[in-house]
Amino acid sequence: MAIFKLKVNRKEYQVDVDPSTPMLWVLRDHLNLVGTKFGCGMAQCGACTIHLDGIAVRSCITFVDSVGDKEITTIEGLSENGDHPLQQAWIEHDVPQCGYCQSGQIMNAAALLKANPHPTDEEIESAMNGNICRCGTYTRIKAAIKTAANS
Amino acid sequence: MTIVKTELNRRSFIKSSLLTGGGLLIGFNWLAAACSTSASKGQSIPDEWFEINGYLKIGENGVVTIMSPNPEIGQNVKTSMPMIVAEELDVDWKNVLVEQAPLNTAIFNRQLAGGSDSIKQSWPGLRMAGASARKMLMDAAAKKWNVPVEEITTELGILYHKNSGKKAGYGEVASAAAQLPVPKEVELKDLKDFKIIGTSKKNVDGHKIVTGQPLFGLDYKKEGMLIAMIVHPPAFGMKLKSFDATDVKTKPGIKDVFQIKIFNDDYKPQWCDTTSFTELVAIVGNSTWEVMSAKAYLKVEWEPFADYKIAMAGWGGDQLVNVPAGLESTAEHNAKMTAASAKPGKIERRDGNPEEAFKEAAKVIERTYTAPFLAHTPMEPMNFFADVTADNAVLIGPIQSPEYMEKTLAARLGLPLEKIDIQMTRMGGGFGRRLYGHFMVEAALISQKVKAPVKLIYTREDEITFGIYRPAYHALYRAALDDKNNLIAFHVKMGGVPENALHANRFPAGAVDNYLAESWAIESNISVGAMRAPGSNFNAVAEQSFLDEVAEAMGKDPIQFRLDLLKRAKENPVGEKNDYDAARYAGVIELVRDKSGWEKDSAGKNRGVAAYFCHSSYVANVVDLTGDKDNPVIQKVYAAIDCGIVVNPDAAINMTEGAIVDGIGQSMYGQLTFSKGQPDQDNFDSYRLIRHTEAPKEIEVHFVQNEIHPTGLGEPPYPPVMGALANALYKATGDRYRHQPFIKNSFES
Ligand code: FES
Ligand code: FES
Repeated sequence: MAIFKLKVNRKEYQVDVDPSTPMLWVLRDHLNLVGTKFGCGMAQCGACTIHLDGIAVRSCITFVDSVGDKEITTIEGLSENGDHPLQQAWIEHDVPQCGYCQSGQIMNAAALLKANPHPTDEEIESAMNGNICRCGTYTRIKAAIKTAANS
Repeated sequence: MTIVKTELNRRSFIKSSLLTGGGLLIGFNWLAAACSTSASKGQSIPDEWFEINGYLKIGENGVVTIMSPNPEIGQNVKTSMPMIVAEELDVDWKNVLVEQAPLNTAIFNRQLAGGSDSIKQSWPGLRMAGASARKMLMDAAAKKWNVPVEEITTELGILYHKNSGKKAGYGEVASAAAQLPVPKEVELKDLKDFKIIGTSKKNVDGHKIVTGQPLFGLDYKKEGMLIAMIVHPPAFGMKLKSFDATDVKTKPGIKDVFQIKIFNDDYKPQWCDTTSFTELVAIVGNSTWEVMSAKAYLKVEWEPFADYKIAMAGWGGDQLVNVPAGLESTAEHNAKMTAASAKPGKIERRDGNPEEAFKEAAKVIERTYTAPFLAHTPMEPMNFFADVTADNAVLIGPIQSPEYMEKTLAARLGLPLEKIDIQMTRMGGGFGRRLYGHFMVEAALISQKVKAPVKLIYTREDEITFGIYRPAYHALYRAALDDKNNLIAFHVKMGGVPENALHANRFPAGAVDNYLAESWAIESNISVGAMRAPGSNFNAVAEQSFLDEVAEAMGKDPIQFRLDLLKRAKENPVGEKNDYDAARYAGVIELVRDKSGWEKDSAGKNRGVAAYFCHSSYVANVVDLTGDKDNPVIQKVYAAIDCGIVVNPDAAINMTEGAIVDGIGQSMYGQLTFSKGQPDQDNFDSYRLIRHTEAPKEIEVHFVQNEIHPTGLGEPPYPPVMGALANALYKATGDRYRHQPFIKNSFES
C-alpha cells in the first residue's frame, strides 16, 4: 500500500492503495466515482475511458502509480452541469439502450473532438473503434458526435 | 371507449405500502438521491405523496410518480411502460417521474425481461392502472364539487366540470382519491385519443446515463460491504476436487476463502437454475482490485465428473436431464452433428407425402447450414449485491427473472418467499444471460457465510467461460422442384448441441403441400439457455438463405417467391397448426420491397432480402452492401416491422437499429469454440464483437401502422437481418454463406 495524491475532476484526493491498482478501481471503489465502467479489464472495450491531461486512456490498464500529477477527468467531471455538447447531443439523439458503455463512448468522443473538432464519418468510426457497444447504438453515436461537432 | 373490469384490488393498496417513501434502492446510502427516481427534468418534488394504487402516486403539486414494473435491460421499458399508465391517467408527461419497482408479485404481473413480452403482456394491466387512478381522481372531484362524476372531464392532469366552470389539478384531490375504493370497472381511451402512446419520449434515465450517475448493479454500494469473486471449474465436465487457500489468505485485503454449494442435495432446479458448476470457491475481500489480483493465487484441483441425471422442473413439467461426462471439443461436436444429420430425425410435422414428392422431383436442392455456440457478453459483467441475515435476505442488482429467482433463493436459504427482497437495478445488457441467476445464489451464500453485505463481481473471463450459451446449431434443408420449376416439397432437419432450433409450424409450413420437419439433438454438459430470439436466431438465417437459393433455382425474384408462398398459406393453407398470420407476414415484405425500391432501384446493388416471424411480430429486411469477401461494407439496412401499436417510436427505432447491428455482428464474427471442455475465447481480444467501423452506414426503419395491441420488439428485429446479410453477401461475392461466422475471426489465422 502507498499514498497517492490525485487530481480528479478539478478536486484533490488522497488514496492509500496498492501501487498496481488500476485507476478504474481507484475511481470506482475508493473515490465513489462509478460512472467509469468495467467491461473487460484489458483495454479491449473502452467502457472505462477517462482523460489524463485531456487524452483518452483506458483506466483499467492505467495504474495509479503511473498517473503522477496529471489531471484526471471522468464522465462525472466532463462538464459542470451535464451539459457538454456531447452529453446534450446524446440526449437529443436518445443514444443509449442499456447505457452501460455510454460514459466510455462519450469520454472517447470528447477527446476526439478536442483533437479534431470536425471529424469525417471515417475519422469518427476509426477513432471510436476501441469502444464496444454491445447494444449496437453505433449509428446514433456517430450522429450524436456529428451534432456535437456542429454545435 | 372501452369499458373493462379492473383487476386491481384492495390488496394492491395494502401491499403497495412497501413502495411508499420512494422506497427503492434505499440501501444506496450516499448514492440514494441519484438512484431512486428519474427526477432530473427540473420537476419540483412534492412535499407529500398520495398512493393511488400500486403503480402510481401523486404529489400535492400534481407531479406523478409511476412505477416501472419490469426489469430494464436496455429495451427501454422503464420509459415505455410508464408511458402507457400516463396515457390512461391522462397526465402531462412532463409531470411524470419514473421509479423502478422492486419485485412485488402482489401488485405486478410478470416482472420478467424475456420473450419480448414486457409490453405485450402488461398492456392491459398498465392501461387499467392508469385508467382506474383517473377514475378515482374524478370520483374525488365529483364528491368535492358535489356534481355527478359523469360530468367531469380530464385533460393533462387537470379535472374539469364544464357547467360550473370548476377545475382542479390532480394533486389537489389526490389525498381524497387515495381514500376511495378502487372502481369495479373503468373506461379505457379510444386509440385515436392517445396523446402519449405513439409519440417519442426520451429515455427517462438518459441524463443519468450521460453524466455517469450510479444506475447499474455494479455501481451499488452499501456501508460495510465486502467484495466477492468466485473461482469456477476451467472446463465443462470438471468439478471441484480440493483447494488450498493459504497463499490467497496472505494477500492484502483478503478476508475469507471458502467453498459454496449452489443447491441443497434434494433441490429440484427450475429452468432458470444452472447446474453446470454448482460447487465454487469464493474469495472475499475489501476491494475489487485486491480480490481480483488475489484470485490468481488460489491453488485448486479439479476433477472430471461422471455421467449423471438431474431432475429439472421445466415449463412442461419435470424433466430428467442427462448430463454426460467428458471434456468436449468443437471438432467433436461438428463430427457428431454431421453424423446425426445423416440419420433420420424425430418427425415433428409431416404434411402430404414428402418422401414421394422428393422421389418424383425433377430437381432437388439440398443445403446444410451451421452456427456455433455464442456467449451473451452483456457489457456489464454478472454481479449482484446480497445482504443475508438469519431471517431476511436483500438482493439488489441486474436480473431478468426476479420472480423465479426468488423461489430458488427461498429454497436455498431456507427462508419464506416474503423474506426475500429483490430490487432490480438498470441492467448493462443481458440478451438472456441474466435470466439465469446463479450469481444471486452465489452472492447470497457468500453474504450468509461472512455475515456481511457483499457485492459479487464476475470478471469478463468469468462471464464468458461460465456462460449459459446459445447452443451450436445445424440444419439440413431440402426442396423438391417439378419439371416446371414449381416447389412441390420442403424438408427441414434440424439439430444441435445440446438442443435444436426447430419451429416446425412456422413458415414455410402451411405454404407447401408436401412438408417434413425433423429434429435431433446431441447431449452435452455445456450449459445453454435463451439468447435473444432463441432458436429463431438460427432458423431465420438458415431458412431465409435457403429460400433465396430455392428462388434462384426456380428463376423467381426472392421477394415475389416469398409473397407467392404466403398467398398460398393465406388462401389455402396446408395443415392447421400454422402459427403465423400470412397476411401480416406478407405485409412487412411488401413494405420493405416498396421502401427499399426493390423493383425499381436494385440494379447494380448487392442486396439481399429476408423476413421472419417470431415473438408475435413480423420483420423484413433488405441489406445493401459493397466491398468484397474480406472487407464487406454494409451501406444500408431497411427494416419493415409489424409489432402492432408502437408505444415509443424513436425508442423502437433505436432498439431495431441495435438488433440489426447485433445480428450483423453475431453472424459475421460471433463464435465460441471449445477444446477439452474449455472455451477457447475468454475476453474481447479473442471473442469478437462488432465495432463502429463494421456497423451499417445507414439503417432505415418502418413500422406497419395498425391498431393491433403491441407485440414483441426486443427480439424480432434480430434474426432476419442475418439472412438478408447472407443473401447480400452472395450477390457481392458469388459465394453462399451457409456457415457462421460468415467472416472468419481475425484472431484465427
Ligand atoms: S474495461 Fe477498460 S477497456 Fe474494457
Ligand atoms: S448501450 Fe448497451 S452497451 Fe452500449
